[in-house]
Amino acid sequence: MTPERPDDQPFTEPWQARAFAMAVVAADRMGADWDEFRDRLKAAIAEQPDRSYYEAWMDALERLADEAGEREGAPQPQLS
Amino acid sequence: MSEHDHPVRPKSPQQLRAEALEAVLIEKGLVSTDAIDAVVDQFQNEIGPQNGARMVARAWVDPAYRERLLADGAAAAAELGYAGAEGDHLRVVENTPGVHNAIVCTLCSCYPWPVLGIPPVWYKSAPYRARIVREPRAVLSEFGLELPEDVEIRIWDSSAEMRYMVLPMRPEGTDGMSEQELAGLVTRDCMIGVTVPRLEVAA
Repeated sequence: MTPERPDDQPFTEPWQARAFAMAVVAADRMGADWDEFRDRLKAAIAEQPDRSYYEAWMDALERLADEAGEREGAPQPQLS
Repeated sequence: MSEHDHPVRPKSPQQLRAEALEAVLIEKGLVSTDAIDAVVDQFQNEIGPQNGARMVARAWVDPAYRERLLADGAAAAAELGYAGAEGDHLRVVENTPGVHNAIVCTLCSCYPWPVLGIPPVWYKSAPYRARIVREPRAVLSEFGLELPEDVEIRIWDSSAEMRYMVLPMRPEGTDGMSEQELAGLVTRDCMIGVTVPRLEVAA
């Protein structure tokens, strides 16, 4: 059996798994369609095609999160 | 000499960025640590290619299920309890002696999470996304899959509208195997289409 390559896994670093989950949770809490995240991800990838995937992912998530609070009907952030 | 008995690896810029982003999102009330942990757990333990493998094995033994699988992948997946985010629109494409299929998402990483889990890093990489469309035979060869020249290769580009999964051909020599044993032959890469199921022969 050939040894498994690092890029055979979904994530090569634990922070990537957290970044992935952050987007899933944040989009859900914002009431945003996954397509809204996906569109920003595609744009971020297209802007810098040679950059690593999860860096583009974090760009997309930051852009989506910037809009929180500006969206009608979205759940409002909890204030502690 | 340092008093530490193991080196401490410095955090990468990307890791620091992810940690800062998590803090910002928590402050905005958009995520909680518990919610993130729960999603990470779900993707590590609940969903994964073992789900798709069970669908393939079922299709191999049950012709009626196979028909339903090819007609409506999402419905057939749901029959076995596999549904959820990114699972709504699924088309299963079957390999035949004359046609070999493989999937990609050329623009990002669309992938049928409920039946295959989270895609591997190579699936999300720019080289795979571009080359599997441009030079599929070469890419498949790099994965160890050599196909005769007369086999047509079809590449399916996933998108927001549709995700794909490959139904591989049942390997020779598997008559009499249970459905569970058959599922064990079907790896994630078989359902992406960069390889095919093989019966391991004990040395």
